[in-house]
Amino acid sequence: MIDLEINTGLAQRILTGFIQSEISRAGFSRAVVALSGGIDSALSCYLAAQALGAENVLAVRMPYRSSSPDSLEHAQVVIDQLGIPALTIPITEMVEPLFKRFPEMSQMRRGNAMARARMIVIYDQSEAFRGLVVGTGNKTEILLGYTTLYGDSACAINPLGDLYKTQVRQLSRAMGIPAAIVDKPPSADLWLGQTDEGELGFTYEEVDKLLYLLVDQRYSPQDCIEAGFAESFVKAVVERMRRNHFKRILPPIAKLSNRTIGYDFLYLRDWGT
Amino acid sequence: MKLNLGLAQINTRLGAPEANLAKHLEIIERARQSNVDLLVFPELSLTGYVLQDLVSSVAHHPAQEDPIFGPLLEASQELDLMVGFVDEDRRHRFFIAAAYLSRGEVVHIHHKVYLPTYGLFDEGRFFAWGDGVRAFDTRFGRLGMLICEDFWHASPPYLLWLDGADLLLLMSASPGRGLSTEAILESARWVEHINRAYASLFTAFVVHANRVGYEDGLNFWGGSTIFDPNGELVARAPYHEEALIVQQIDLNQLHRTRARLPLLRDERTALVTRELDRILGTGNLQSPVNR
Repeated sequence: MIDLEINTGLAQRILTGFIQSEISRAGFSRAVVALSGGIDSALSCYLAAQALGAENVLAVRMPYRSSSPDSLEHAQVVIDQLGIPALTIPITEMVEPLFKRFPEMSQMRRGNAMARARMIVIYDQSEAFRGLVVGTGNKTEILLGYTTLYGDSACAINPLGDLYKTQVRQLSRAMGIPAAIVDKPPSADLWLGQTDEGELGFTYEEVDKLLYLLVDQRYSPQDCIEAGFAESFVKAVVERMRRNHFKRILPPIAKLSNRTIGYDFLYLRDWGT
Repeated sequence: MKLNLGLAQINTRLGAPEANLAKHLEIIERARQSNVDLLVFPELSLTGYVLQDLVSSVAHHPAQEDPIFGPLLEASQELDLMVGFVDEDRRHRFFIAAAYLSRGEVVHIHHKVYLPTYGLFDEGRFFAWGDGVRAFDTRFGRLGMLICEDFWHASPPYLLWLDGADLLLLMSASPGRGLSTEAILESARWVEHINRAYASLFTAFVVHANRVGYEDGLNFWGGSTIFDPNGELVARAPYHEEALIVQQIDLNQLHRTRARLPLLRDERTALVTRELDRILGTGNLQSPVNR
């Protein structure tokens, strides 16, 4: 049986405790969140505000010239509802010189450059505000690799990374995030009219069920086909997961010595705290 | 006989035995003021859990001259203690261990015999496997200690029962996992089920101290419990937060339960031995349980 429903109260409790614990052990008491106006970053803001207090969470909006006005507006709703400090820092002036230098740039290159420009801004605000970057990537997009490496995936801690997109929606509703944000089609908003589901070629609803079987329930691809998923869909998703695994791990270090970081030099980040 | 039990459901600092010792002493003092007779700490309470390459630097051996155990032995003059630590033996093997301290003496040390090395666990990579399960005598009767994965297997509690333990002291650093629509995590449900089952099957007291807090992305869920020989829940600490639970238990409940339900009396140990010999005998070397 595929049941992705979660106890939202328990999830909220564990995730706010995680944010509180991991930020304070790193020696901080504040957080910064890149707030796009979409559901994932809204949920990260809500959780961070609950964990640390509204005054300790800085929301940073980083629109590009073509960003949808809805995004700014929805981000504003989150800022107003939580009463958190906020900044709006457009990235247009940062990325346009690069775009002019390479007029032939594909949408992919432009999108990646924008995601990485936002990373520069959010990490600069991290230092300025003395807060750690709380990530917004969910389990679905991490598994599919639907993210820009060193761009939107860059963060200090990630409270949402073990929740599928449909579970993010469930938790967001339970935490009172407005329906306009929860129910709109998810979009990276990197170009006009872009939607996640349009680009991926399937819905989160469908792929979450498949990922749940493949990852959580350890089904083989063949088991999934027998469970009723189309063969082409299963193969495409499995291949996507495999091909994008490099985004989920640190770059491998070539082993030379007897003790090498990543292989036999093993400590948690919470070492000593 | 009445026994005042204390469950120290604490968070720990990872790889910092001195800081954890200070916390132990503070809680021991609070427990002493509440007239606790026996205070139980969670697994690796003096070191933290995901130690990895920190193992060798946080190891201690329970003795008067040890800087961590000296103060604990001193504190055990007032009340009995069960603490979790990394034990380094004379041959420099490192064990996940539990020590029972009483009246300034080390009464018993248990080395974890089952080291989970699968899924999120990697204990077998860093620790030596314990090689014994023994009950021991205390001023409150005969007890037995087990550590986390030890009691995910049915045989260690069973052995302790046959060895005379009427009170099982279980300690864990159990990472929370398995979020569903239920109010508690799957790992919490599982541990509560089996602890209740052991109390019922062995008509014994089952005491479980679990830790709380986080280590990187892992959460520890707490929910420490005491079950009585009828399998009834006597006390439960809150989930996901630190607590010192003080609960009086009546050891005469063993008398009453076993008068009604003589499972221990009727246990056919000779049959068990005979059948085990047969199952594990030379004719069955291929058996997966033969090790």
